[in-house]
Amino acid sequence: MGSFEYLRPASISEAIALMEGSGGRGVYIAGGTDVMVLIRQKKIFPGCLISLRNIGDLAYLNTASGLAIGSAVTHNAIAKNEFIQKKYTALTDATNKVGSLQIRNVATMGGNICNAAPSADTACPLLVLDAQAVIAGKDGDRKVPIDDFFLGPNKVALKPGEILKGFAMPAFNGRTGSAYIKHTRRQAMDLPMLGVAARITIRIDGDEIGCKDALCTIDNISNILRRFEDEKLVCEDIRIAMGVVAPRPMRAKKAEEALKGKVISEALFEEIGEIAASECQPRDSIRGEAWYRRDMVKVLTRRAILRAVDRVIRPDDMIWPERLW
Amino acid sequence: MKKEINFTLNNEKVTVEADTQWTLLYVLREVLEMTGTKEGCGYGECGACTVVIDGQAVNSCLYPIMEVEGRNIITIEGLMTKSGELDPIQKAFVDEGAVQCGFCIPGMIMSAKALLDAKPKPTEDEIKESIEGNLCRCTGYVKIIDAIKSVAGGR
Repeated sequence: MGSFEYLRPASISEAIALMEGSGGRGVYIAGGTDVMVLIRQKKIFPGCLISLRNIGDLAYLNTASGLAIGSAVTHNAIAKNEFIQKKYTALTDATNKVGSLQIRNVATMGGNICNAAPSADTACPLLVLDAQAVIAGKDGDRKVPIDDFFLGPNKVALKPGEILKGFAMPAFNGRTGSAYIKHTRRQAMDLPMLGVAARITIRIDGDEIGCKDALCTIDNISNILRRFEDEKLVCEDIRIAMGVVAPRPMRAKKAEEALKGKVISEALFEEIGEIAASECQPRDSIRGEAWYRRDMVKVLTRRAILRAVDRVIRPDDMIWPERLW
Repeated sequence: MKKEINFTLNNEKVTVEADTQWTLLYVLREVLEMTGTKEGCGYGECGACTVVIDGQAVNSCLYPIMEVEGRNIITIEGLMTKSGELDPIQKAFVDEGAVQCGFCIPGMIMSAKALLDAKPKPTEDEIKESIEGNLCRCTGYVKIIDAIKSVAGGR
């Protein structure tokens, strides 16, 4: 390894000042599971590493209104958070599947996002959860919708010296569910061949939703949805996001438009999957070929929406956290 | 450039003069000459270098030594008692025949240690999750899982 200094500032302003003084050779490091590998592979040659690990202002997790997560919160801390498991489940799905436990214990969500790989697992959930990136610069904070934060592979909307402080997500009503599906060849230590996230808010006239039948605990969601057909469950709001199908994680906006306001059914989700597949631009890579990815977008979009719906209409206490899939 | 780092290693206070670009793994193996912790890939993929830092399993090959200041680290050397008696996890690995070539075992045991310290009676899924970042190329996972299970049952 080349020689570099390792600085441990205690505040955001101190870190920004150190970065300014580094003459463009400074690199921010949080968990380090990406940066240390890049240094070892001789892909970057930093003059100094500026550690964000000891800055308390980056390690918050606030659930007072919506959800606010500091960029230096580790994947494991997010995955084990019960509030997030219940209300922002897509984030749990994603943070639970990144790397291995050893990686998740140190790797931060801010790092996963700033690295901006097209395959970043936490990007799709943030896109469907309407997250805003909170960015700290020397002139104060600014907020950017996460959709505008990704510019391309390894490129994000951070100006030199700026630090991603965290993410702010709005509160969703109790008729909202979300899910993320990571498609990999093996379960651990793999980057996704494809990732699809969905969030759905369902409206129903009259009675509240919720499967009260004992059968619900053992039946699968397709059958349950069929039994709900007469009740006209309407999709009030929907977000679909896809990873590894374009240079950056992207929303399937046409598919969202096509589903919004419609009465939901599995057949409709299949159509939505087709639309999502027509929107993406996958390419061949070592993990999978383009045609396969496009075909799998259809399948995973349907599954992700179904899973999100499942989380709305089946009460938590019935089969939480392990559902039958 | 060198800097002085203080931390707790296997319940003993340690002070090391370390280069700022060293990793924890380098210091353990090359400076402190504790070679129980192995280097496999060096990229955080294989888990052979797993140590327990403040109760959490971590890849020491990606851990900058400068972040170790003030932390509590346990390595495979810290499991055996002073009189030379093996830790129950180590004993279980021997009894269950979980060790083949042995290279992954320090990492496997440290991952199991972090799990069992936090959760004395884990489920099989939790055991599998705890060692998901540890590669064994002898493909001996079944017996390793059995070994961890037997410790969990015996406690």
